Amino acid sequence: MAVSSSPADLSAALVLQPVAALDWLVILPVAWCLAVGAVLLMIRHKSVAQPLVAVAALAVLVGLDAALLWHVAQNGPVTMVMGRWLPPFGIAFTVDLTGALFALTSAVVALIGAVAAIDDINASGRRYGFYPFLMLLMAGVSGAFLTGDVFNLYVWFEVLLISSFGLLVLGSEREQIDGAVKYGFLNLVATTLFLITTGYLYGIFGTLNMADIAAKAPGLQMTAPLVTLTALYTLAFAMKAAAFPVNFWLPASYHTPRIVVSALFAGLLTKVGIYALIRIGVMLFPAEREQLSFVLAIVAALTMLTGSLGALAQSDTRRLLGYLVISGIGAMLAGIAIGSPEAIGGVIFYAVHSMLVMTALYLAAGLAARLSGGFSLTVSGGLYRHHLLFTALSLMLFFAVSGLPPFSGFWPKVMLVKAAIDGGVSWLAGILLLSGFLTMIATGRVFLLAYWRPAPAQTAAVPQPLAITALLPILVLTVSSVLIGLFPETLLNLAQQAAATLNEPSAYLNSVFPAGGAP
Amino acid sequence: MKSLIFRTIAPVIVSVMVLFSIFVLLRGHNEPGGGFIGGLIAVAALSIYGIAFGVETVRRAIVFHPLSIAGAGLLLATLSGLLSMLFHVPFMTGLWVYPVILGEEIPLSSVMTFDIGVYLVVVGAVTSIALSLEERGED
Repeated sequence: MAVSSSPADLSAALVLQPVAALDWLVILPVAWCLAVGAVLLMIRHKSVAQPLVAVAALAVLVGLDAALLWHVAQNGPVTMVMGRWLPPFGIAFTVDLTGALFALTSAVVALIGAVAAIDDINASGRRYGFYPFLMLLMAGVSGAFLTGDVFNLYVWFEVLLISSFGLLVLGSEREQIDGAVKYGFLNLVATTLFLITTGYLYGIFGTLNMADIAAKAPGLQMTAPLVTLTALYTLAFAMKAAAFPVNFWLPASYHTPRIVVSALFAGLLTKVGIYALIRIGVMLFPAEREQLSFVLAIVAALTMLTGSLGALAQSDTRRLLGYLVISGIGAMLAGIAIGSPEAIGGVIFYAVHSMLVMTALYLAAGLAARLSGGFSLTVSGGLYRHHLLFTALSLMLFFAVSGLPPFSGFWPKVMLVKAAIDGGVSWLAGILLLSGFLTMIATGRVFLLAYWRPAPAQTAAVPQPLAITALLPILVLTVSSVLIGLFPETLLNLAQQAAATLNEPSAYLNSVFPAGGAP
Repeated sequence: MKSLIFRTIAPVIVSVMVLFSIFVLLRGHNEPGGGFIGGLIAVAALSIYGIAFGVETVRRAIVFHPLSIAGAGLLLATLSGLLSMLFHVPFMTGLWVYPVILGEEIPLSSVMTFDIGVYLVVVGAVTSIALSLEERGED
């Protein structure tokens, strides 16, 4: 575009240098999901084409996010401002390693969910719009991970929330509407709180750009109520992430939708809350989070314990897994409470692990229920006898979620426990280990009752054949969990670098304001 | 609704409202208006049509399924943003062309196509809701 003809000095307002092709990776995941979601909406009635288009599109999304991660790992944080307006006025998308890692993992989870949905979502679910909702959900999730603007983060939260409502009521059964009302109401409260707090933030800072806020926050510590602000944000995101005592919506709703939807929610939604907590608590307001750290540690401990004790008490596998999601959220909150770079590295690693493994566990629970006739532990059994590979995969997933080596759950637990001891909160390390132990008992109980125990007499007669396509999503996720457990170095380094960038965000700031310092 | 007066006057009102909604849409670049409010006016027009002649008539009149219209709008808006990729400027930068048609310079921009996308999303999504509610009411 020719701008030289204009007499005004545009360089004060606009980005004038051409955008490098690679920088487009910052926005492409979101734009791609929106565009494909729109196309899928138009071909809603072609229930054969829907899954093919969606799976191909999500495979492309994984490619885009992987390229973005590579680009960020090579060149540091990348920024693109919408509509050429200079930050902090233009809305910035800024991607650092944390955002890119979360985005890539979420894309992998969505791809596997889309493949699993070919079996699980019937033609009426497809006509109702499962795949368009999934693509729009991914637009919201990717946008939340990639944006560098607090209000824009709120907008992506809304996008993913609206799509998740649609996914939750897919099928319109009475139970689902009930779950959706509880889920929707509490999430709307959290979103409203998020919005109010963002208004408060804007009142204090006069800017919504994260880099700008991070640069200005240290100067305002004495004069502005930043601790209040951080506490409000923490409450809003804790609701989203399902932390104790605002976690009751999760066990009340996650068992109601189709199992693929539960799996996607368990992998994606609560982690967006954790991501936002990391972004606000660690990058923007580290000193204020430090003051709240004791409260956060107590909340984390209670979340872990209620999660794993709740899992012990359940006899429906879906509800049980809902409590395990909560227990994992507690472990991540513990890392955020400790707040050292090592702990945050552990949180990021744990989030990646948890996205993959929780999704796999829900899919496994769905498959187990299909094979043995129900989600209830009181009637199931006998899977071990007929489905050896599936049983082995499930057992590995149970070990992974409990944090046993050599699976992916082991390393982040080690990092968190070590960070807790180094940070002088040994009791939190104790709770982390205790919650892992309780999780082990809870999942061991599932294994014993649903897999190991001989099937009850009336169901034992019909061993159903198991197609490899039904097993494939679980297989891929379990293999990735094992690989992460056996070769953790790459992910470990990435997580630690990501945590270092969050802790010392000068690279992030430079990416948004290349001249150095906000205008 | 079986009122002769309403049925007679409805097509006139509807056509004027649809025209006005497009006027508001195009006016929106520099003055109050735009895709969102224009879309709502168009939905109001379609609702009046639906109340006068029934939901099926509206569905036939707009040819496509309302949600397909919304999808097309979303696609158009996204593509308007992605157009800036070809010109090496950031996402959603406004791009302008000034073709001279019949001796008159017509400024066209990606901002406008984005707004048309918004218009279609609003028309599609809200019409879909309005028609479903109207259908339930008829039962």
